[in-house]
Amino acid sequence: MPSQLPLADGIPPPSPLQRERERYHQRQTVRSVLVAALSTAVVGTLLLLAITGAPGWDRVRESFLDPDVARESLPRILDGLWLNLRLLVVCAASALVLGLLIAFLRTLRGPMFFPVRALATSYTYAFRGVPLIIVIYLMALGVPGLRLQGTPGVLVLGGAAIVLTYSSYLAEVFRAGIESVHPSQRAAARSLGLSYRQTMRFVILPQAVRRVSPPLLNDLVAMQKDVGLISLAGPIDAVRAAEIAVGNTYNFTPYVVAGALFIALAIPLVAVTDWVTLRAARRQSAEGAA
Amino acid sequence: MAAPTADSASPADSTDPTNPADPTRPVLDCRGVWKTFGKGRDRTPVLRGIDLAVHEHEVVVLIGASGSGKSTLLRCVNLLERVDDGTIHLDGDDITDPRVNADAVRQRIGIVFQAFNLFPHLTVLDNITLAPRRVHRRARAEAEQAALDLLDRVGLAGKAREYPDRLSGGQQQRAAIVRALVNSPRLMLFDEVTSALDPELVGEVLALVSDLKGDGMTMVIATHEMGFARRVADRVCFLDRGVILEQGRPEQVLDNPAEPRTRQFLQRLLDTEPA
Repeated sequence: MPSQLPLADGIPPPSPLQRERERYHQRQTVRSVLVAALSTAVVGTLLLLAITGAPGWDRVRESFLDPDVARESLPRILDGLWLNLRLLVVCAASALVLGLLIAFLRTLRGPMFFPVRALATSYTYAFRGVPLIIVIYLMALGVPGLRLQGTPGVLVLGGAAIVLTYSSYLAEVFRAGIESVHPSQRAAARSLGLSYRQTMRFVILPQAVRRVSPPLLNDLVAMQKDVGLISLAGPIDAVRAAEIAVGNTYNFTPYVVAGALFIALAIPLVAVTDWVTLRAARRQSAEGAA
Repeated sequence: MAAPTADSASPADSTDPTNPADPTRPVLDCRGVWKTFGKGRDRTPVLRGIDLAVHEHEVVVLIGASGSGKSTLLRCVNLLERVDDGTIHLDGDDITDPRVNADAVRQRIGIVFQAFNLFPHLTVLDNITLAPRRVHRRARAEAEQAALDLLDRVGLAGKAREYPDRLSGGQQQRAAIVRALVNSPRLMLFDEVTSALDPELVGEVLALVSDLKGDGMTMVIATHEMGFARRVADRVCFLDRGVILEQGRPEQVLDNPAEPRTRQFLQRLLDTEPA
């Protein structure tokens, strides 16, 4: 209770009126907690009754929530998830670099860069338009069909498909960030004698990346689950491992296990995203006050 | 070429701006500078044949209503805008030549903006040392020492490691002036540097500009502060609708304007100024 804390010099103890207010706020707090707990319990019970009371519940529980099947399939799915995790790290890093490069190419001025600019622009249009599944099929099935020497395996090709698709989204996020930096910053940097490239590198990009880090992380969360689509190309990741387990047991529980693991994988990333977003919002409001 | 405005200090037409042997060659020599904005029918001239020569150690103050072309002229001199006609010479070099290296020209000119334009993601010290380190390739320690010496001079030594948003407007503007000064420019341009400041912070910035005059810095200053113009200017130029309508000693232009439009402008300022 605030009134019992040791008092700093010069601040008088709270008046009886203030003490009465604090007691009132405390009573209100206790009441809110009780109400929240009660309503959660009621809603939870109702949901549980509705699901377990459904006519097909017993069948569904057998085929989707079988603890024995879950226990048996877990090690394989975890092995697969390790692949997803490694793939995510590599794809995320590559997509960020490629996205930033494409965004930078799109901002280049001058006639010499026209083809580069046009290429970068059509890239972002094409790969934001085409479904990721199709890119994965084209890469994993089409490229080996060319029978070129040194064609990498399907894992690399599938990963490349994910990078191609996601870097087009990330490029647009980066570009929005670059364009959100006020032109006066560019003028100030150029007036000091910095070249276009130095202005980009030391003044524009650092501010742009800071501003767009929340949407960038959000795209990485989306990528986190889309790396599961690599299973379409053939490598045994968590989704593929679950699929195999389902085929062996005629039971769908492994899918639920894989789904739960993906959520567990996403939670830290989502938490970081929320934290960065909150920090950015605070900084923004601090900037506004200045 | 347009006829030069009558002024004994700038015999713009009679001398060759590129002659290095000429002891009276100005630091800055603008001749017949035109600048328009917009395209086609909407094309509006902002500068309409400006002639302006600024000599070494001279302080020229540009006055005039908003939209009269003061800022545009400064931005043209710093090559942030491209002129539509006329020439600008800096120490005899034609900087309006399209083949000129704009970055190299800008390194010889310092400009301070109305809105400070400090880089918010860098500390005050990093703001100031960015150009010395990246453009002039000085070592970090050397660049920082030079920056700290200058910051100390303007009373900001304690703020070197702070980010700009932790500073008052007056402190930010003084830091921005140091950022321009640290490159040892040949010419300093000030674009209404006190217009964004609270009244009680204007004095500290103007005092710093006056100090620079004492050091002999060649300066072109666009301002609405008439008292400051009177104190610091060697010459006052009144810009009106893109031309220099009148110029001369500050007491002459400010107290005894020859042109009715100058009188009108000064009268309007007096009317709006707090008693």
